[in-house]
Amino acid sequence: MNGVLTIAATEIRIGLRNRWIILSSLILLVFALILVLLGSAPTGEVKTDAVTVVVASLSTLSVYLVPLIALLLSFDAIAGEIDRGTLQLVLASPVSRGGVLLGKFLGHVFVLSVAVISGYGIAGLVAFYASGGGDLAALLGVGRLIASSIVLGATFVAIGYIASASVRQTGTAAALAVAIWLFAVVLYDLALLGGLLASRDGVFAHSIFPWLLVFNPADAFRLYNMSAINVAATGGNLGGAVGSATPLSGVWAMFSPVIWAVTALGISTMILNRVRP
Amino acid sequence: MNEIITARNVGMKFKAVTALTDVSIDVAPGEQVALLGHNGAGKTTLFRLILGFIKPTAGTISIDGHTPGSNPARRIVSYLPEQVMFPKMLTGREIVRFYAKLKGAPADEVQAVLRKVDLLDAADRRVATYSKGMRQRLGLAQALVGRPGLLLLDEPTSGLDPISRQHFYELTADVARQGGSVLLSSHGLSELEAKTDRVAILRNGELVANGPLAALQQEADLPIRIRVRASADAVDEVFALIGGKRLNCASVELLCPRSAKMATLSKISSLGPRVEDVDMTPPTLDEIYRHFSNLGPEPDMRSEK
Ligand SMILES: Nc1ncnc2c1ncn2[C@@H]1O[C@H](COP(=O)(O)OP(=O)(O)OP(=O)(O)O)[C@@H](O)[C@H]1O
Ligand SMILES: [Mg+2]
Repeated sequence: MNGVLTIAATEIRIGLRNRWIILSSLILLVFALILVLLGSAPTGEVKTDAVTVVVASLSTLSVYLVPLIALLLSFDAIAGEIDRGTLQLVLASPVSRGGVLLGKFLGHVFVLSVAVISGYGIAGLVAFYASGGGDLAALLGVGRLIASSIVLGATFVAIGYIASASVRQTGTAAALAVAIWLFAVVLYDLALLGGLLASRDGVFAHSIFPWLLVFNPADAFRLYNMSAINVAATGGNLGGAVGSATPLSGVWAMFSPVIWAVTALGISTMILNRVRP
Repeated sequence: MNEIITARNVGMKFKAVTALTDVSIDVAPGEQVALLGHNGAGKTTLFRLILGFIKPTAGTISIDGHTPGSNPARRIVSYLPEQVMFPKMLTGREIVRFYAKLKGAPADEVQAVLRKVDLLDAADRRVATYSKGMRQRLGLAQALVGRPGLLLLDEPTSGLDPISRQHFYELTADVARQGGSVLLSSHGLSELEAKTDRVAILRNGELVANGPLAALQQEADLPIRIRVRASADAVDEVFALIGGKRLNCASVELLCPRSAKMATLSKISSLGPRVEDVDMTPPTLDEIYRHFSNLGPEPDMRSEK
């Protein structure tokens, strides 16, 4: 356990000094602020709506940026360390391989949480005061967004480890991470949309599509946040289109990323156990 | 004997490549052993086997009675890989502290080890600013921390200047004095500067020599080089009497087996005033190493034979 915490602490140090992580966290903050300022611009409306709209658009931002930051943190965790010879040192010391991975996971999720909390926390506070100190329920929405974003990020951190443990070169691991991001966040949704359009009879839309939607942790995350704030006004995305017809509604949708995270950690530990550095 | 490393008839095959064949070697507590060999001789492979990263395809290895890679074995072993690049964003102190904690070493050892490798002044700077030698010393610091029972160093002196190298061997001698074993690899005997108790030489994955340097010297039985400077006009006469090879208008060089050293010397001294000076050079470390690695003698010696 001591070793796990030591590894986590060092990963936090490295992560917080990594300029790519700092840069992407700043991008997250800037985008969040832009969305907040755009969202609270139409002043004629009811105050709570403003913050709610902001939370809705921030959750869409999360779907793109949080997995990216997560993969940025994790793709180098194993392949890169073998390349540079530091994993050999860690594995030569009395820490189990599962412990090494767990320590990295805790550290990376912590760094990700710092990025998400600072980005959305600042944006949320700005929205709160810009709308003249709206109600606390809206702030709760921001809290929910932060918590679910961290879970989403943790999932992609763990998935990134599978990529990093399966290849020998950092470059290959990076390419694999980009492919995972592109597939999960962009291509998957496009394919589902295509499926919806193609199958007019409704079988796909009713019995297959909802499952495919929650199967993807990024879509499950969007589903959860949409159902939580329950806004029809922000529709136009897949989550809004299906509404309550999904197999896992509300907070249960978050089961998908959690199961993914646990499974991915298990698989990457298994692969790491076979690695011969 | 309770050896730290016991390797018996170890063989290692990677698909098409046979990296090690029938290697048996022991290392006792407090002993310093140098593992020599050409590129691809199997040095790093042997280290990886001792660390338990890979399993031998033949034979057995035990670390103080434990399986390589098992928890008790890993508590004993400390490793410095051939090349290691520490995270550039961390400081030297943070890195040594990290490995100290992983090994469960007390925190005050970090400062002591940094002083030992002469990195105290740079300890709080990021590794990105370190020179090559400083990074190498940082790697050594990381290996020294936690009072290892077995220090495995893969080409630890490459990239060190002669003074740092000297200092490096003082540090490994310290470890040995406290009862720890040291197994280090190197490319040649001359780099080693005869600092270890024992020398083991690998050639194409086979152990071709294993013993103290003096014993290897004896076993190789390479000739001694004697250079005789004749006084003016006497060089032809000297050459005719003792033979050998004429170097220039004043000197004659001859190679004589160790057993004939005294006889040759008395023959030279019997030449009296015709000889002005005598120089004797025992076989160099490089020549001994060449002998065992079977790379053939140096060109000028070959022409003699
Ligand atoms: N994973 C591997 N797969 C295939 N062959 C390997 C593998 N690892 C090592 N070898 C081969 O085993 C042999 C010994 O390699 P090793 O790295 O032990 O040499 P070395 O003595 O450390 O050489 P150097 O002085 O260049 O570091 C080489 O022929 C190498 O190509
Ligand atoms: Mg090597």
